[in-house]
Amino acid sequence: MQSLDNETPAISDAPLCVQDLTVAYHRKPVLWDVGFEIPRGSLVGIIGPNGAGKSTLLKAIMGIVPLASGRVQIFGKPYRKSRESVGYVPQKESVDWDFPVTVLDVVTMGLYKKIGWCRPVGVKHRTLALQALESVGIADLANRQISELSGGQQQRTFLARALVQDANLYLMDEPFAAVDAATENAIISMLRTMKANGRTTLVIHHDLQTVPAYFDHVILLNMRVVADGPVEKVFNEDNLNKTYGGRLTLLDEVSEAMRRRERSL
Amino acid sequence: MIAQGANDALILTSIHHITQLVGRIGLSSWEQAYRLLSFQDHNTRVVLLGTAMLGCAAGVVGVFTLLRKRALMGDAISHATLPGIAISFLIATHLGWNEKSLPMLLAGATLTGLLGVLAILAVRNWTRIKEDTALGIVLSVFFGAGIALLGIIQQMPRGHAAGLESFIFGKTASMISNDAILISVASFLCLSFCLLFFKELRLLCFDETFAGSRGYPTTTLDLMLMGSVVVISIVGLQAVGLIMVVALLVIPAASARFWTDNLGKMSAISACIGTVSGVCGSSLSAIYPRLPSGAMIVLFCAGCFSLSLTAGSRRGLVIRSIRRIRMKRSIAKQHFLRTMFELTEHREASFQNNEISMEKLALARPWNSRELSNTIRRATHAEWVTRIGSQIRLTKKGRIEAERLTKEHRLWELFLIHHADFAPSRVDREADHIEHVLEPEIVAELESLLSENQKTIPESPHLLSHSVTAELKEAQLFGEPTHSSENEG
Repeated sequence: MQSLDNETPAISDAPLCVQDLTVAYHRKPVLWDVGFEIPRGSLVGIIGPNGAGKSTLLKAIMGIVPLASGRVQIFGKPYRKSRESVGYVPQKESVDWDFPVTVLDVVTMGLYKKIGWCRPVGVKHRTLALQALESVGIADLANRQISELSGGQQQRTFLARALVQDANLYLMDEPFAAVDAATENAIISMLRTMKANGRTTLVIHHDLQTVPAYFDHVILLNMRVVADGPVEKVFNEDNLNKTYGGRLTLLDEVSEAMRRRERSL
Repeated sequence: MIAQGANDALILTSIHHITQLVGRIGLSSWEQAYRLLSFQDHNTRVVLLGTAMLGCAAGVVGVFTLLRKRALMGDAISHATLPGIAISFLIATHLGWNEKSLPMLLAGATLTGLLGVLAILAVRNWTRIKEDTALGIVLSVFFGAGIALLGIIQQMPRGHAAGLESFIFGKTASMISNDAILISVASFLCLSFCLLFFKELRLLCFDETFAGSRGYPTTTLDLMLMGSVVVISIVGLQAVGLIMVVALLVIPAASARFWTDNLGKMSAISACIGTVSGVCGSSLSAIYPRLPSGAMIVLFCAGCFSLSLTAGSRRGLVIRSIRRIRMKRSIAKQHFLRTMFELTEHREASFQNNEISMEKLALARPWNSRELSNTIRRATHAEWVTRIGSQIRLTKKGRIEAERLTKEHRLWELFLIHHADFAPSRVDREADHIEHVLEPEIVAELESLLSENQKTIPESPHLLSHSVTAELKEAQLFGEPTHSSENEG
């Protein structure tokens, strides 16, 4: 697939274009034929029930999990060639916050690629990191040990690490999960500023109530794309029922059956 | 009396045994100890350098494996080396080569060590068995196979297996300077790897997913880190022995964590502990050849660990209990000042009227009398209150502090009632638990959230405890103006 990327010309210069993406873990399908394109400068929410493959989708876009099939293009290029223009904010639960580093250390991690292999972090990079911390409002915590942070402050630290990269497309995994009201407001106003500056952001979101207020595009995902488009067009009860529907879909039943058989082998 | 005599006899015999034992261990004389410690002997110098380098490198590599939560991988690898050592020995004997050449034995050790890692990964990835179980299986099976092969070697007419067991428990005395140089070079390579890729390894250990998203070859980095663990385990075989080499990878790193929250400092401290343990352990073993160096090194590591566990400046038990006591005292102080304030809250604001008797204070909260008198003593010392006989009075400074604390407490109570759906009667206790960790910024946020009467202290939303209520009634009885202005309006 990687070699295919090199040969195929750009199909679109959109910030993110996903085609026929399928991902499977141990033969258990997680994402089926996912395809969408997001317009430049938009603030896009991805919603869907637990286990719908939201995080996996982000990881697949960045090539962290192998694709069974499909293609991802970022600004018309494969991810490998456009890495510098993509900033990633993983779920804050994915790391051990007892790790012996400071807030500033974590933020400079966003610059490691720019600094280069085997070179130390310099004063210039620290200044950049401090600016990023200032933009998320926790510059005063720069030298704190990360285990002393609250949930909201942890999230702001992760955002600063992505911001310091000065990317054009941001992929964020549940930035609003378990943060205080002040942090939620700070993040959303930051996202709006970024949108005003022409940056594109893709956000995994779990709170359906705030979707119309926060996003202008939405992707409803449950192993496949149920609907995607402007919020006012696709964010309706019918589509939500299809996404969150209580009844197991045929697809779920098939994958469940495959998992059972796998276990019995 | 008879029992006493028997006891004495027993003690005497034990002392006799111990002196005999010491005599047996202390084969070498003070002269030898002097020679060793003054580094006169070339061989000793090189051997000490080797163990120092090994301890240093193991300390640094250990920090990363500990943070990567792979601490036991080293144990499995080292146990899996034994069959390799035995097989190389067998092959060398059959081909008539020097069966004790170290590079050859270590090559075999590396081979089965790696085979062990692959076996763990295979069991973990292809079956439904978890990693810890896979580790246990591989570790014991490979070690068992190694012991069986050693048994075969002992039975062979040509086999001179003596010396091979030094790989199990470690024996620096059997090391020659060439071996020590090999150990030094290999350790230096591992150390350089960690220092050169310090930044990248930090990222890998902290957040592998993010490292992957930035295009770092996480699998390769991980394999290189595991490779360093293999190298340390292999070259550590002779000095520490395969059972105990894991100690050098785990204990210094774990000890270092008690002293610092900084990865760089942690690595440096861990390297120091590793070096000191390596050098001390192997010198002791060189002076008393009957004491295996592996055991000595591990015991030195354990000493450092106990010291760090108790006296560690960041997470040691002592510093933590001091912090706990401070926290407890500060909470007691806050309770005391708030109670003082609440008891006088509705009296006329004249200075004379601020006195509270000890009995009243004791009934106001369920505190025990020793705790209370200690708190009062500390508060008097801090000039928050003054004592006149059995009467206690808030000073001006104390009054300001008490007002601030009460305000914070009540804001929090109001927040819990209005925004978190608590029953007012339960609020006091909930508020007590949380208010002691309120930061100034949260207080400001609460104030703006409840934005009423920001400057004044809000009324308590619930009935205060008995004696405080009694005080209130008393005040009403004497017709003093009370707070019930909202009732009238």
